[in-house]
Amino acid sequence: MNWVLDNLWVVPAIPFASFWLILFFGKRLPKKGSELGVAALAACWVLAVWSCVAWISRQPAPSAGGGEKIRAAIEHNYTWLTSGTVKIAFGFHADGLAVMMLFVVASISLLVHVYSTEYMRGDVRYTYFFAALSLFTCGMFVLVTASSTLQGLFGWELMGVCSFMLIGHWWEDQANSDAALKAFFTTRTGDVGLLVGISILYFAAHQSFNFATLNRMALNGQIDHTLVLWGAIALLVAVVGKSAQFPLHTWLPDAMAGPTPVSALIHAATMVVAGVYLLARTYGVFWSAFVINPQTHGHHGFNAIAIVGAATILIAALLAFVQDDIKKVLAYSTVSQLGYMVMAMGVGAWTGGIFHLFTHAFFKACLFLGAGSVSHSGSHHSFDMKKDMGGLKKHMPTTYWTFVVASIALAGVFPFAGFWSKDEILVSAGHNGYFWFQVIGLAGAAMTAAYMTRCVYLTFHGEYRGHGHPHESPRAITVPLLALGAMSVGAGLFNAEPFGIRAFASWTRNEVFLQARIPDVNFSSGAAALSVAIVLVGGALAGFFYVREEFVFKGATERSALAKAGHELLLNKYYLDHLYTGIIVRGIRSPIAQGAYWLNQNVIDAVVNGVAVSARRVAGFVYDGIDQIGIDGAVNGVGMGAEEGGQSLRTLQTGKVQQYAAILFGAAALLALGLVLFA
Amino acid sequence: MLLNQFLFLGAFLFCTGIYGALSRKNAVLVLMSIELILNAVNINLVAFGAFRDSPVGQVFALFVIAIAAAEVGVGLAIVLIIYRNRRSIDLTQVDAMKG
Repeated sequence: MNWVLDNLWVVPAIPFASFWLILFFGKRLPKKGSELGVAALAACWVLAVWSCVAWISRQPAPSAGGGEKIRAAIEHNYTWLTSGTVKIAFGFHADGLAVMMLFVVASISLLVHVYSTEYMRGDVRYTYFFAALSLFTCGMFVLVTASSTLQGLFGWELMGVCSFMLIGHWWEDQANSDAALKAFFTTRTGDVGLLVGISILYFAAHQSFNFATLNRMALNGQIDHTLVLWGAIALLVAVVGKSAQFPLHTWLPDAMAGPTPVSALIHAATMVVAGVYLLARTYGVFWSAFVINPQTHGHHGFNAIAIVGAATILIAALLAFVQDDIKKVLAYSTVSQLGYMVMAMGVGAWTGGIFHLFTHAFFKACLFLGAGSVSHSGSHHSFDMKKDMGGLKKHMPTTYWTFVVASIALAGVFPFAGFWSKDEILVSAGHNGYFWFQVIGLAGAAMTAAYMTRCVYLTFHGEYRGHGHPHESPRAITVPLLALGAMSVGAGLFNAEPFGIRAFASWTRNEVFLQARIPDVNFSSGAAALSVAIVLVGGALAGFFYVREEFVFKGATERSALAKAGHELLLNKYYLDHLYTGIIVRGIRSPIAQGAYWLNQNVIDAVVNGVAVSARRVAGFVYDGIDQIGIDGAVNGVGMGAEEGGQSLRTLQTGKVQQYAAILFGAAALLALGLVLFA
Repeated sequence: MLLNQFLFLGAFLFCTGIYGALSRKNAVLVLMSIELILNAVNINLVAFGAFRDSPVGQVFALFVIAIAAAEVGVGLAIVLIIYRNRRSIDLTQVDAMKG
């Protein structure tokens, strides 16, 4: 039963194998390699479910520190390389968090694979697409099963490369390859932080990459607080890059240039939550570095993680209002929801954060795949809500209803998935003394409801504005939508407290959770009612804006200069892209590049040239003195000696057999004589 | 019987063989002289074997005879080839390997 938990390496190994098989044999197969990808992911899904069942059926035992019973993690480490006294291990760590991630990644990836067989039909690089999807899934599995930061880094970077490859899948279009480069470079900026953080923590923890060791040492105070703080700040930079937090969030909306299944899998459900996963996995480090513990401060606690998350919630949610591209709305929504997860980690809502990760994966993937379905069958491959959509409700009922259900789940209406996870975060924030973050979370919830109402209205209601012949998508698309729609309704019930269900919390509880004494919070019906009320108000406001002819906010941008300025600011995405490309990149390009050029010409080249000149002089001496006279003299001398010796000896070589025989016998006779005389 | 007599016979045959091998121009006669040398050795081997009352000498002689047969086969083949190419088996003429 526990076999899969003891052999977790199998899970990443399967998509890794399928990647190579698709690459080498994909094009010769009847379905161009897609069947390999789907089969591999189906196998992974079975293993993931098996690992979840195996994990849940493990008997909780008292933990090392005594007290509450938890399921003990299973970890197997193997020596990878030894250099002197330094041993670097690789290994696989199975616990509630890991199997939960396995389930999420395998489920979404399997559905996206099935969906892609239809969505990508006839694509120029169909086989290549499936190969990259397999490799990506492998990278994510490596990250979530890793037992050490170093191994996590491999998975992390593998995903980054696959994300780059898949965003730029249609690289013939300049915009797409620009977006791919932007995504790659922006996340790389964060990845520098990851490398630095891993290095700091490695030396701080007496040369250990192991997650469990790092957490334990950080929580026990065995690592100097300054070191932990710097390590955690560096890791936070990585989280900001990978999970698209403010101010490095700008790559994620541009990443929508990739095919929609990629957006659903990588840029909504899995890769972008890698940062949140890293926070959850090394939570002991962050917990002690940023002093998240609510017992240490009053009612107005704040820290860097929570601030980053909260800023991201609001900033991204506002941007979602002014997008006309349905995928960009969803992308900003993803950024905003990632902000919730990061903020949850910052306010000590560990369970809430990963629970939101869990539920968000399903409804956001559902929304993206729904948007893809609309463009595939409804709007003639356009994503523009205002120009090419509208009134699709009656043409695409399955897509419409799954989209609506997922939107309600995202907005957080009782009893859909998003309600439970968002509520858990907000209640925890209040309970742990992070009052202002609870307020921001509620404001974000209202905005989420409003922009999703706008999105649903523009896409599915009103008059059809496109020029195609909208129809429902085929079953390869609708079946994944229905599955994800069902999860959007049901995923929240894993941790539905008022119904007495704390399953998710108890399954994922781990050593770090106990050691840090992360507080448990109780469901509060008052807070829940408030949050649902706020969500409904937000949704209703947006609804009125579109349905009513006359509404107080209509035409606000024409009437008020302030509103117009705000609208402009949002349309230009706070000018962040201008800041990055116009000021930072150009700043680097012009004066710094010129300075670097001058330095290059006058300092580095001078050194290089000096070295070259002296090298030439030395070489001249070596050539004339040592090489020509010394070495060549010796070589020529040997040659000449051999020639002269040969010349004199050749007279012996008469070619006459009998003379040779005479010499032979003479010599034998002399030897015999010597033997007789002297022996 | 004295060992010496056999040894003298062997020495005589050996010297005859050496003389023939070094002085004859005819390749076949040179080969025959080499046979004489080998048989001189055989006589010594058998004589010493009998003197020491051991069969090893005779066994060794049998080996020498067998190998000599092979050697003669190869030698005659070479001589035949030389004859075909040069229409003569005069060894003094065969000096293509002169340095």
